[in-house]
Amino acid sequence: MQSALDAIRQQAVKHGATRVSRIVLRIGTLAGVDLDALRFAYEALAPGGPADGAVLEIESVPARAHCASCHTEFGAGRGFIFQCPQCGDYSGDIRAGRELGIARLEFP
Amino acid sequence: MNPLDPTPPLAESSPDCRIHALTGAATGLSRELSAPLSAEISAALAASPDGEIAVRSVDVNIPLLEKNDILAERNRGYFLGRGLAALNLVSSPGAGKTTLLERTLDEFGRRTKCAVLVGDLETDNDGQRLSRPHAPVAQITTGTVCHLDAGMIARAAQSIDLDGVRVLFIENVGNLVCPASFDLGEQRRVVLLSTTEGEDKPLKYPPIFKSAHLVLLTKVDVADLLGFKRELAVENIRRVAPQAKIIQLSSRTGEGLPEWYAYLDALVARR
Repeated sequence: MQSALDAIRQQAVKHGATRVSRIVLRIGTLAGVDLDALRFAYEALAPGGPADGAVLEIESVPARAHCASCHTEFGAGRGFIFQCPQCGDYSGDIRAGRELGIARLEFP
Repeated sequence: MNPLDPTPPLAESSPDCRIHALTGAATGLSRELSAPLSAEISAALAASPDGEIAVRSVDVNIPLLEKNDILAERNRGYFLGRGLAALNLVSSPGAGKTTLLERTLDEFGRRTKCAVLVGDLETDNDGQRLSRPHAPVAQITTGTVCHLDAGMIARAAQSIDLDGVRVLFIENVGNLVCPASFDLGEQRRVVLLSTTEGEDKPLKYPPIFKSAHLVLLTKVDVADLLGFKRELAVENIRRVAPQAKIIQLSSRTGEGLPEWYAYLDALVARR
């Protein structure tokens, strides 16, 4: 979270803003981020900086995998076992779900 | 500007970002805005002499690399530049990482120069066990930390003479959970599963197996004695980690070791 707030501070300077009013984070379901812990860190670290008082919004990205056998791209449910719904093969080719980044910022 | 002009005032855009929506609040072309922002807009509008202000919403798309990932990429470049293959060996405690490395240094290490960085919470017992005149070894004691991180590897790698070394083994702290999240800058991640563990370990601890390039099924010499079902273990590994190569071996009898050495040879040849 500290690295996110550092990046936000840089962006605020770049866009000539002293404050940020909304932060949209894009987080994949496989990114290994505990959202409660993330929000807790945000509440603890944001005060005093440009993100103080900003709305924190999380855009969740569901996991998707690609099947090498039949070239189907499919959405994966919970967990780490990706089985192709078409042919039943297992896939280790993760195409989405590991995202972790700042998607959008709003400056007043 | 004419207050009736439908084009909202444009803020200066940066070349590396796209301005998502510029909302001239006074023109009514507002997208959904957060409550504090709306309040602020109202206040700014009230204060604005011409009833016009600009609000910016910017698609920044900044990936968040934690400090460890940055250091890991630096290690990767360093290893690549030196022409050495780095392997990160992870497993539960007692799966046979040190025993495998001892024999690997004695056999493979005689013809290809190897080095080892070994991590444990306490003691340099493993460093002592792995110590060979022909292979530099550095022991990392982590204290209370349950994994190695890229910074520890950078420091430990500087502490030994890597001259002529082609293969760098990193023996991680015995732990099937935390090391999965810490990239060390290795070229290959090797996960060991021993026959003294359950066949369903890959299903119970999937992230670490998911990230493996190679899974070594160790202690296969005692599999039958233990009633360990090798085929079931292999099937479970394939379900979680279809991308991983699997080698079954025994560091005691030597079964499967030629295949492990061939894997290392192929890695070295690619440098």
